[in-house]
Amino acid sequence: MSKELIRLEGISKAYDGEVVLDNINLYINDSEFLTLLGPSGCGKTTTLQIIGGFVKPTAGSVLFDGVRINDVPPHKRQVNTVFQRYALFPHLDVYDNIAFGLRVSKVSEDEIARRVAEMLEVVGMRGFEERKVDNLSGGQQQRIAIARALVNRPKVLLLDEPLGALDLRLRKDMQVELKRIQQQLGITFVFVTHDQEEALTMSDTIVVMDKGVIQQIGRPEDIYNEPKNAFVADFIGESNILDGIMRADRAVEFFGRRFACVDEGFAKDEPVDVVIRPEDVDIVPADTGHLCGTVTGVTFKGVHYDIIVDFHGFKWLIQTTDYHPEGAYIGIRLNPEDIHIMKKSRYSGMFGDYSSYSAEYDEIGDAALAEELEEQEEEG
Amino acid sequence: MKRQFLSGPYILWMVLFTIIPLAIVVYYAFTDSITGAFTLKNLAAMGTYLPIFLRSIWLAVVSALICLVLGYPVAWCIAQAGPRAQRFLYMLVMLPMCISFLLRTLAWVSLLEDTGIINNLLGRLGIGPLRLVRNDGAVILGMVYNYLPYMIMPLYTVIMKIDHRLVEAAQDLGCGGSQVFLRVTLPLSVPGIISGVTMVFVPAVSTFYISQKLGGTTSTMIGDVIESQFKTAYNPNLGAALSLVLMILVLACIAVMNRFTGDDESVATI
Amino acid sequence: MKTASKVFTVAVFIFLYVPMLVLGIASFNSVSDVVVFRGFTFDNYKALFQDSVLLPLLLNSIIISVIASLAATVLGTAATLGIQRMGKRLRRVTMFMTNIPLTNPEIVTGVSLALLFAFVGQALKINSIMGFWTLLIAHITFNLPYVILSVQPKLTQMDPNLTSAALDLGCTPVQAFFKVVLHEIFPGIVSGALMAFTMSLDDFVISYFVYGPNFVTLPVEIYNYTKKPLHPKIYALFTLLFLVILLMMVVMNVLQARDTARHRNPRLRKSGGPIN
Repeated sequence: MSKELIRLEGISKAYDGEVVLDNINLYINDSEFLTLLGPSGCGKTTTLQIIGGFVKPTAGSVLFDGVRINDVPPHKRQVNTVFQRYALFPHLDVYDNIAFGLRVSKVSEDEIARRVAEMLEVVGMRGFEERKVDNLSGGQQQRIAIARALVNRPKVLLLDEPLGALDLRLRKDMQVELKRIQQQLGITFVFVTHDQEEALTMSDTIVVMDKGVIQQIGRPEDIYNEPKNAFVADFIGESNILDGIMRADRAVEFFGRRFACVDEGFAKDEPVDVVIRPEDVDIVPADTGHLCGTVTGVTFKGVHYDIIVDFHGFKWLIQTTDYHPEGAYIGIRLNPEDIHIMKKSRYSGMFGDYSSYSAEYDEIGDAALAEELEEQEEEG
Repeated sequence: MKRQFLSGPYILWMVLFTIIPLAIVVYYAFTDSITGAFTLKNLAAMGTYLPIFLRSIWLAVVSALICLVLGYPVAWCIAQAGPRAQRFLYMLVMLPMCISFLLRTLAWVSLLEDTGIINNLLGRLGIGPLRLVRNDGAVILGMVYNYLPYMIMPLYTVIMKIDHRLVEAAQDLGCGGSQVFLRVTLPLSVPGIISGVTMVFVPAVSTFYISQKLGGTTSTMIGDVIESQFKTAYNPNLGAALSLVLMILVLACIAVMNRFTGDDESVATI
Repeated sequence: MKTASKVFTVAVFIFLYVPMLVLGIASFNSVSDVVVFRGFTFDNYKALFQDSVLLPLLLNSIIISVIASLAATVLGTAATLGIQRMGKRLRRVTMFMTNIPLTNPEIVTGVSLALLFAFVGQALKINSIMGFWTLLIAHITFNLPYVILSVQPKLTQMDPNLTSAALDLGCTPVQAFFKVVLHEIFPGIVSGALMAFTMSLDDFVISYFVYGPNFVTLPVEIYNYTKKPLHPKIYALFTLLFLVILLMMVVMNVLQARDTARHRNPRLRKSGGPIN
């Protein structure tokens, strides 16, 4: 059983009356890869900064190894950070950048030489000692930033969306690489990202946040298969979220039809949110289906087709490798394990159907909303 | 939080040596020069100086406009050059400003005066000596000469910053050279124009040396009067009153100008 | 349109530099006349260096300029750091105050300082208060805004994470400033200091109102001089100053060029970049 290294108790943060974090409670274990995941503005970076000591919480305690460290300044914490745009010192070369923290701690130059060489080996950048930082590519800079942080042998490494500026393929490689480094060194990583795929790939534990509140904490598989509310369901992967009623344990009703499912513990006839992942839906001929509907859109995605189907006015997304033409009348079958039930929350009904993929799309042509936002900006 | 205290000494300094002196100017303006009592006499005397104020404003406005006409093409031209050339040309524009403006003005005297260089040359061509100095025209010339860089600099800064893609977009939509200028460059350069005009107008309206050297007896400007109150007539109260009015005048102009730029920041650009 | 403006620009530049030319040529004139050129000579320059009046004045100007620009640089840089951390309202007020010496006519600044010193002099029963210290105070005061407006852009341009990175790696805030921030804002500090120095060296109007008889600067003395005919020594001095300032500007130019080249590197902006 890993020991608990960091604990956040009742952490809240407000700027000028605007609440950014609301009663955050979580603990991070030794050698764990924990990801703070959420959309922009959800408070994940602020949480990271509180752990690092760059931001002071307005309420709550930060505990490190059981000791309250709220008043410990960043330069005294056993924590190092990899910043979003790397923040390498432009006036120093690679060697001096990595050696920076060691020099501040007055480590001997021999020891520094040894450790810098060791770290360059770990990140695969041997031979770059004398290079100027400005001349390095994004991926190279990123590794130097990691080396600069890790060479100080921190107990915890904080990473603030470090892969955001890299392009797609390199990002995927770096995800694997970071995970490898973390496991090799056994250091606790606290990783911030808004990319849910990235979080699923790398993490031991994911903390999903929205608007300063933790929505769910769990392993990647649990978060994916058993989201706690509509926000998590919508944020991670694609989901069809429907209104349903629990008729009994393991029996839910939606679209006027009963389905067997595997969840229990709800009240009789309790309104619930039903989540069905697009890839879990089997398309069958109309007469053998649980539900029937018309295909309104087909997009070829390479790996599969995105098929939009209209059931009683509500559009579903189905992902399948079989082609079904627009206008086709099809049926679907659902397995009990693929129907996931969640309690209603403040997020219920917010995410609509698959008439569009994003909320922003619907808002583009909304003139009244644009006016409202402009007024808000002038005041603020 | 601690870092805010770094600006403490500076703020103290500015209050002591900028704010308080201005308050003292106000104090002197409202004080009688002999008795030291509160009086509006000094301000009432402004009436007699009205013609001088008006002349100063007029000369400054004319100078500013001439600077605009001369400076805009230069600023535009520099902004079209390559980056190294731009830096070099900008330096050439700034260089005269760093050199004693007394001597530069004196150089113009020696160029313009009746026995000066220009008249000398004209004399050889048989053209009789022209009255080039000791009139309003010479003063304007002196002011234009001295303050032209103050017009070119902000203009250049603004024109240079105009996103070239806007020009390309205009061209894409059918605009030829002069159209692009009139419809895109000129409107976008308005903040620079306002900045430049202000930066010429302010020193021009308050100058005293240029008018002394190049102007005639009828070219007295408000700066001359203020200077004489402090150095020869020794009536600091009247001088303070004149300075106060001058300052208010300048602030009013800047406030009007700022309205047009719609900016939070001050008009001064370096 | 481009060629027309180029011709026009050249004409304007000629206009700007004509007096320099006139004075430069006059400095080599064997006769003390600007209008007629008699013969080429270095005599004026020799006389300049032997002059017992002008050179000490030049030294005075340099002393004041150096001290004032250094003081303004330190004070102004500290101020800029503090201003960056200010709340919106306080910053607005401070910047407004900073802009006052810039937008106020020089004569008003000079007069206001003169009155301040006169007032203080009266209160402390000191008779002739104007002197070195009043001059220095005045110079520092009008130099400060230039320093601040020079350093500020460099500070806002700097990646704020650099300071956080330095703290993260174990620096105290003071160490972080000297090891990281200072390097980043250094070009701004240098150009601010140089600008302050140049402004001080050439200042006439403000100095004219606050100087004392025992410490006179060159521009003020030239003003007093010009009530009699000028000796060509002055033209020699002027030409030399021109060349020195030209040199300084070229140096500043080169420094700036190197700085922008670094920031404009196509692979990178500051730190981190999408191009790989």
